[in-house]
Amino acid sequence: MIRVSDLSVTFGHGRTRIEAVRGVDFHVEDGETFGLVGESGSGKSTVLNSIAGLLDRWAGAIILDGVAVDARRSKAQRKLVQMVFQDPYGSLHPRHTVDRVLSEPAEIHGFDDIERRVVQTLTDVGLGPAFRFRFPHQLSGGQRQRVAIARALILEPRILLLDEPTSALDVSVQAEILNLLRRLRQERGLTMLMVSHNLAVIAFMCDRLAVMQRGRIVETMTAAQLNQAEPTHAYSRQLLHASQGYDRAAVDMFEDL
Amino acid sequence: MAETPLLQVRNLDVTFPSHTGPIRAVRRVSFTLGRERLGIVGESGSGKSTTGRAILRLIPPPGRVNADHVLFGGQDLLGLSERAMREIRGQRISMVMQDPKFSLNPVMTVGHQIEEAYRVHGGASHRAARQRTLDMLTAVRIREPEKVYHLFPHQVSGGMGQRIMIAMMLIPEPDLLIADEPTSALDVTVQSQVLAILDDLVRERGLGLIFISHDLNLVASFCDRVLIMYAGQVVEECRAADLAQAQHPYTKGLLASLPQIGDSRGELPILDRDPAWAEPIEAARS
Repeated sequence: MIRVSDLSVTFGHGRTRIEAVRGVDFHVEDGETFGLVGESGSGKSTVLNSIAGLLDRWAGAIILDGVAVDARRSKAQRKLVQMVFQDPYGSLHPRHTVDRVLSEPAEIHGFDDIERRVVQTLTDVGLGPAFRFRFPHQLSGGQRQRVAIARALILEPRILLLDEPTSALDVSVQAEILNLLRRLRQERGLTMLMVSHNLAVIAFMCDRLAVMQRGRIVETMTAAQLNQAEPTHAYSRQLLHASQGYDRAAVDMFEDL
Repeated sequence: MAETPLLQVRNLDVTFPSHTGPIRAVRRVSFTLGRERLGIVGESGSGKSTTGRAILRLIPPPGRVNADHVLFGGQDLLGLSERAMREIRGQRISMVMQDPKFSLNPVMTVGHQIEEAYRVHGGASHRAARQRTLDMLTAVRIREPEKVYHLFPHQVSGGMGQRIMIAMMLIPEPDLLIADEPTSALDVTVQSQVLAILDDLVRERGLGLIFISHDLNLVASFCDRVLIMYAGQVVEECRAADLAQAQHPYTKGLLASLPQIGDSRGELPILDRDPAWAEPIEAARS
């Protein structure tokens, strides 16, 4: 469903040139959930933005559903891939009602029966029609993230890109959103690509994952390998160790790998 | 060894007025702190940060702080004049906030900010302050202190920014440090390194640490004792190592809702909030 080969992204030029992504290769099967983990600056969000079509300059190939895409996308290509962002407080227009947030993309893409579709999508994400005419400030963080998911789903995409979808939420709300995403994936056969710094969230959601560091993929593994704590690369092991809580003895062994 | 605790808080209340009547953000919170790492955990809105700020009297009006007492070194902090309080803040109790981007002065070099913190409190000479600043930067494991001294906050990474904040807060050698989500904005490996610095200070210098966090796993592995807050109250207190065996249904629910590496649950249990958890808990008596 997604095939990325030799993707490179650089920002700036001359002395301020930054190679954010350097020759990344991976693929995601139809219906599979793939995770990208890494620390800040590792390039994981840049990979996601390139696939989403939010960046206009990258090198390499991105093939979505068998078709090579570039920065300019057709309407159908845009509809195929939708994205959910990290911060539900920043990603919804503060002066648009939920109804407008959801119906605008549907109108642009020429859907009919928009009213029914809005109500149905709201129900699918567990909010219900009562939320239709509310503004974002009248919603909690978890409810906003549900609206953001509804906005992505209303176009009936086949690929959902998730950029840290729960890291701004409390853990009890995170559990609700992760359950929702798993249910939607099953009901709609979605292919998901999820970026997170939280290895436990990735282990819960994904079939396979790649560990990124300084723009490169250092290791690709299955969730089962992660669950059995069997990463082979030293950096992945360090990341796994650090994410399992504080361990004074381990800190001294951390290296800038 | 039965020494007097560093800090004793009894029946702390913080109230904010609102259109719909007073909101009690913190209700009857009582605890004592020795030279140890005390964790306060809870979700957003549970009152954990407000508790930390109330101890330093950083709740601006119209917010109101009441307590039987907040005893620090034999003095009731709530009874002190604003002038006396300034002597305590920074010098004897200091606070590290979540995001170094917002707590460092953007137009002052790192070195000057730390030096200022030292000279305001200690009245030392410029030369001594500079040397002390460089020592402190080394103590928080900044590799090239001479170079970092001359950098501006936007030129350093998040992890380094937080280490600089900690250096600034620790240079007057306070007895108590209140750290409000000090590592939430950091990557996990950097987080461990910052925690190791705090850990060593508690062990070596006998610093008392109040560590406010939403991260249960982190608190369980880092702190000595934990208070769990819900709706402004402490619903449970236990040894950090025993957090996994917590008794209160809220704590249990929170722990269960965390995904874990190595578990094969198909669905995460949803926290079912019982209105009884928010019912007033009996006040502490002496």
